[in-house]
Amino acid sequence: MLSLSPADYDAIWLSGKVATVAVAGSLPVGFAVAYLMTYLKFRGRLLMEVLITLPLTLPPVVVGYFLLLLLGKKGWLGPLLESAGIRLIFTWKAAVIASAVVGFPLLVRSIRIGMESIDSQLIQASRTLGAPWYDTLFTIILPLSFRGILAGSSLMFARSLGEFGATIIVAGNIPGVTQTIPLAIYEYASSPTSETMALSLCIVSVCMALGILFLHEVLGRKLSQRR
Amino acid sequence: MEIRMVVEKSFGKFALAADFTISGKQIGIFGESGSGKSTLVGLLAGIHHPDRGEVFLDGECLFSSIKRTNVPAEQRRIAMVFQHPNLFPHLSVRSNLLYGFKRCAENNRSIGLESLVGVLKLENLLQRGVNNLSGGEKQRVSLGRAILANPRLLLMDEPLSALDDTLKLQIIPYLKIVSEQFRIPYLFISHSLVEMRLMTDQVLVVANGSIVDQTTPDQLARARMGESRVGYINLLKLAAPRRVDGLFAYRWGEGELLISAGNDEAEAVFEISSKDMILFKRHPEAISARNLFRCTVVDIFMVGNQVGVEVSCGSQKLVAEVTKQAVRELEISEGGELYLAIKASAFRRLS
Repeated sequence: MLSLSPADYDAIWLSGKVATVAVAGSLPVGFAVAYLMTYLKFRGRLLMEVLITLPLTLPPVVVGYFLLLLLGKKGWLGPLLESAGIRLIFTWKAAVIASAVVGFPLLVRSIRIGMESIDSQLIQASRTLGAPWYDTLFTIILPLSFRGILAGSSLMFARSLGEFGATIIVAGNIPGVTQTIPLAIYEYASSPTSETMALSLCIVSVCMALGILFLHEVLGRKLSQRR
Repeated sequence: MEIRMVVEKSFGKFALAADFTISGKQIGIFGESGSGKSTLVGLLAGIHHPDRGEVFLDGECLFSSIKRTNVPAEQRRIAMVFQHPNLFPHLSVRSNLLYGFKRCAENNRSIGLESLVGVLKLENLLQRGVNNLSGGEKQRVSLGRAILANPRLLLMDEPLSALDDTLKLQIIPYLKIVSEQFRIPYLFISHSLVEMRLMTDQVLVVANGSIVDQTTPDQLARARMGESRVGYINLLKLAAPRRVDGLFAYRWGEGELLISAGNDEAEAVFEISSKDMILFKRHPEAISARNLFRCTVVDIFMVGNQVGVEVSCGSQKLVAEVTKQAVRELEISEGGELYLAIKASAFRRLS
């Protein structure tokens, strides 16, 4: 039987909120970056590609530490944020930023795969039919890369739900404030009497992941049937 | 319409260098695969940019590396029909057709959806998705989409090469009718001599990234007679068939041609190879070929070891291919008279 405390429900709610905001916030940027890297040739493209993929290869704790250096009170952007009255570290917003940075490469890669699968002659046809680049972007590239966007969003959402290392560094593990499911499981696992609670959250975690995968498949199939 | 191009473009090891001016309404670009035809039209349409040079259309500079001018593809009003239809898979037939139309300035809209769908016979397809159309239907939609963009020039980049012979025969009349009815000049790209002769009246010949000749499609076909396995292809537009003993008899000048591949359509285009014709010095006593005409030699031309003999049968002309030895033995000379025999089964119907 599932045994969930009010703090666990908070953790589940917060996990969903963090993942949703991280994906929603990253989507426009991820789409723009994927577009740049798929269709434009520019100096520093290789460097940009490496930097975007870097969080995927680094230990999340390292990503979290860099975020702390960047956003912390004495960090590179800390004074600027403080003067603007923005406090990020040890808030749920920091968890969003950590999730966004760690999941961003997955989002961009999936959208790029979607864009690269579009026949370049469709884009050429659109241009010769009188569509400027931005028109082609919204009427051809965006709808035809929708499967990639969907796949990237699902992957990033799932990755965000499981994010631990970077989140614990920048957001801490404050129940009801920044404690997401993985952090709650970590806390339960540290205590020998909370095995059932840990297992319950693990089951919730598995169910959420399965739900996302099912949703992704159903939407993907509906999209295929429409074409 | 006048096109002036002085361009250089390199892709890896391939280099294109072209310098030509051509005027007309039905222009062809002929060349083997990889010769640079598509690159050339890509430079004209604005989907590629020359490394150096200038591109003019009717005196308007579309690209100049010296003046740093580059009119974007969407502002050139040069629509393209590609080898593959390239229909937008997420849009219906109707939305595909209207894609260019909606983006065309109102004062340039002289062709509307209603007039076009009738000509291309697309009325029953408008609400359908594009993915379950047949190959011929897709190419008709693609052609209609380009025409509805109301372009000042239509580029057709091997629009028939992805289709099988039957579908080609279905599409060729549409290409002709649409361009003639809506008076849109076009540039037709192909490696097929027959398509060149059916679609164009002037041809630029491209080989290894250069323009090597500017000629008429007929002259090109004669020059290539020796290289082609089927020789020179005579094209005949015939009308008013009637059935005769299981064959179709078409009026041809003052006489009739008996053809086994005919049909009951009022008009049809046939091809007949120069190699499928037999010349006789005198009237043969008996012959199995169903078509025998008395004719006059109007031209003799040499292509390699073969000789092309153009003969006139009344008001109609055909080119037969013979050997040098046959020319000597039959004493063929310009103005001389011969008999020409063609089997009824040697004709191939194109449309």
